[in-house]
Amino acid sequence: MNAVPEQLPLELDALDRRIVLATQQGLPLDPRPYAVVAAQVGASEAEVLQRIERLRARGAIRRIGAVPNHYTLGYRANGMTVWDVDDDRVDELGRRIGALDFVSHCYRRPRHRPHWPYNLFAMVHGRDREEAERQIAVIADLLGDACRSHDVLYSTRILKKTGLRFAGPDRD
Amino acid sequence: MAELDAIDCAIVNRLQDDLPVCERPYAEVAAELGIDEAELLSRLQRLLDERVLTRFGPLYDAERLGGAFSLVAMSVPEDRFEEVAERVNAFPEVAHNYRRDHDFNMWFVLATETPEDIARVNAEIATCTGLPVYDMPKEAEYHLRLKLEACP
Repeated sequence: MNAVPEQLPLELDALDRRIVLATQQGLPLDPRPYAVVAAQVGASEAEVLQRIERLRARGAIRRIGAVPNHYTLGYRANGMTVWDVDDDRVDELGRRIGALDFVSHCYRRPRHRPHWPYNLFAMVHGRDREEAERQIAVIADLLGDACRSHDVLYSTRILKKTGLRFAGPDRD
Repeated sequence: MAELDAIDCAIVNRLQDDLPVCERPYAEVAAELGIDEAELLSRLQRLLDERVLTRFGPLYDAERLGGAFSLVAMSVPEDRFEEVAERVNAFPEVAHNYRRDHDFNMWFVLATETPEDIARVNAEIATCTGLPVYDMPKEAEYHLRLKLEACP
């Protein structure tokens, strides 16, 4: 999929950066969205299309698409499941959990003992808690005795959701 | 839950996949869905206005742009929750922020232009809220994107 981790950052020139700044909040809802962007950044439509295509080919754009609101689509039980998994097995097991069709994100993260013993995070999404609990049982089963303890943190409110936002002006 | 008709659902499902990079991308997708471009654009605007979709456009990978991400948790006293949420959300580097039902009840993602900014913003948040922050950057990604089907 869009897995391009551990790569060096891309070199962006001034036009790339203007395009990122102009589109990070969204693509214009206009029949010719890239012509609108082109007018904003002072380039031609063809040039913007070429830059967007290049940013995508090099992994800087993961995709051009919509981010749904889980709640309004009826996915009310959005659980961040967290697991304390043996360090020497977490990579192998994490890959298997990331491949489950109901898991949207799966990461290894640092523990903060004693407050936070968990090193494996997997997001699950159910229409209700029962569906989410069934998904969690599948993960628990898969981890077996490699997992010492786990917890589930359901989101109860979106406090902010804006996506990436470059704060500053061009640096070039 | 939003009221979505069959066309809305088809739009939500289709637009979670990639949009073609071309001069008239909406016209192409509209043709795939059997509607016209103007209808797709007006429905897409409504889906965004009604927060069925939280955003639409290029989804940038901050790390590939030279920036950094981190997940940060805080344990916020209930009687300060709204005030702290306001302070945290005021940072432009906070890309999203969720309330969760746990002792760690505030979880936000930082997206910054440089890896050094993560530590700086965390320190500023700790100072301006007077509360500890628990930085949990990803160490490995075992990730497959979920597509949430509308109206299954």
